[in-house]
Amino acid sequence: MDSKRTSRRELLKGGATLAGGLTLTSGAVAPALGQTHDHSMATGGSQNDYPMIPGSKELIEYGQRSRYVTSVRMAHPMGGRASPDAFGKVFHVASPLQDSVGVVTPSSLHYVATTRGSFMPDIDPKDHTLTIHGLVDRPLTFTMEDLKRLPSVTRLQFIECAGNRHNGRQKNVQESHGMTSCAEWTGVLLSTLLKECGLKGNATWFVAEGAEEVKGASSMPIAKAMDDCLIAYGMNGEAVRPQNGFPLRLMVPGFEGIFNTKYLRRIKIVDRYYMNYNDFGHLDRTPTEAALAFQIGPKSVITRPSGGQLLPGRGFYEISGLAWSGGGAIRTVEVSTDGGRTWNRAEIKATPQRMAHTRFGYPWTWDGNETEILSRCTDEIGQVQPTREQVAQYWNVPFDRDYRVPGLDNSVMPWRIARDGSVTNGLA
Amino acid sequence: MGSLRLVTIALLLGSPAFAQSATYGVGRATTAEELRNLDISIGPTGEELPPGRGTAKEGAQLFQRKGCVACHGKAGIGGGPAPALQSKKGQDVPIWERERILPLSAPFATTVWDYIHRAMPLGNEGTLTADEVYALTAYLLFVNKVIPEDEVLDKQSLPKVKMPIGDDYGRLPDWKPGTPRLQGYPY
Repeated sequence: MDSKRTSRRELLKGGATLAGGLTLTSGAVAPALGQTHDHSMATGGSQNDYPMIPGSKELIEYGQRSRYVTSVRMAHPMGGRASPDAFGKVFHVASPLQDSVGVVTPSSLHYVATTRGSFMPDIDPKDHTLTIHGLVDRPLTFTMEDLKRLPSVTRLQFIECAGNRHNGRQKNVQESHGMTSCAEWTGVLLSTLLKECGLKGNATWFVAEGAEEVKGASSMPIAKAMDDCLIAYGMNGEAVRPQNGFPLRLMVPGFEGIFNTKYLRRIKIVDRYYMNYNDFGHLDRTPTEAALAFQIGPKSVITRPSGGQLLPGRGFYEISGLAWSGGGAIRTVEVSTDGGRTWNRAEIKATPQRMAHTRFGYPWTWDGNETEILSRCTDEIGQVQPTREQVAQYWNVPFDRDYRVPGLDNSVMPWRIARDGSVTNGLA
Repeated sequence: MGSLRLVTIALLLGSPAFAQSATYGVGRATTAEELRNLDISIGPTGEELPPGRGTAKEGAQLFQRKGCVACHGKAGIGGGPAPALQSKKGQDVPIWERERILPLSAPFATTVWDYIHRAMPLGNEGTLTADEVYALTAYLLFVNKVIPEDEVLDKQSLPKVKMPIGDDYGRLPDWKPGTPRLQGYPY
């Protein structure tokens, strides 16, 4: 009995350690699992170890996390445009990947980006409609109730902002990679709606538009609409949240984040690229640069241990991280614990989903010496995550510390482990 | 996904017989009047542009009166909380080495009209008349030396404005399901 209780207590302590992550502030010492024993003089029995969280109407109606779990989002990038800014607008907000477990980002921690920083509209879903028009046989307007009558699709999908670039100045994985998240999205396939409207033969592009004050609009290929775009009203088991596009968001799997149009109110089917303001925003000089800033490449990052964390001592650690690709599902992830000299296959934690974060793990025993840990991935169509040096070599340009990968940055991220167990940015 | 792809292929082939009937009959017909209010997309041909006209001189007054200066600076030179709208670099500087400014670097003048109309001024979006949008577009193109001060912009002339970028910008690849981000690129 007694030993059972002890192990239960240790389990609870272990749980708290996990929730708090490895120690985030340098200098503090992270308690290691199983080191402290709580030898009570009393027999234990029914002794109450913890104060109670009183029940309340609010907690009954809508739950809350423990006050000991303090992981939060932050304005991104550090030292960049403020969120909220002088107008009260929110621009870029990064998710705390260092504390993530599994592959689903809680809606309250999902990264947020707005084009030019738009105000969040407070939309009554009863008044919200989606209109599809242009090169169709029948322009149709759908209410939210209409959309929920149609066959639904639920799936995991990551979104990543084009600004999710890592560099040597960033301190932790939230700063370097926090502009991506993955949620479970539910809605109607755009192809279902387009078939209701009847596409005309000359339909080649579509423009999706939001209902926020700047009515953000993007041009996308009709082949994408017919392949896998989703008109989502659900996110992680409840309604999409306002920061993520309530009541309706267009999900465009694997394309740059801005295409995932929030507050979706209108889709216009057209016969050419419309060069809307959002499209102008990613105007590039060459077709090569344009292509590399469009569909997201294979990318992975180790989230634990990562920058700002501290290994309490030598011994066993599971290295944990996330991998994703706009090319489809992740096929393999490899981890190096010797600065990239040798690579070993990591374990993929569940069946990888198309265009979704995939959790990987790699068993590692740290010998206490300084080293660098890295991850790289390959997706189902064979695209491989490169190092920055490999990209420079491919384009036949000289490589230096400040080399900027063209297009969306999917290069390998190194974390440096010092003898004292501190983890820092390997690009610094 | 397999069957969906087949449907995709069938639809892309544009079989009109296939696309004719609705499967579920959910959703209501959008009226022409609803579309007149809702369709604010102005494509490169300008076919959606409304009647109206404006010049840079009228636009200069509007730029003051509508409060544009407060955020974009005098004559759009910047310095405020919103982006600069007038280039500080000379016309002899190649376009890709100049600032990225909508009424200077956009491939089509229609994009400028579309954006002012849909998204400006901050807090009063959608309140500008067609004449006012033509005038503001003319003014911003004029301060960037894209058009002369006396050019009248309207439904016919706006899509014909020659933007300095010309044809010097990258087109997106022909996207198909399951293709890499760039053909031949291993990463």
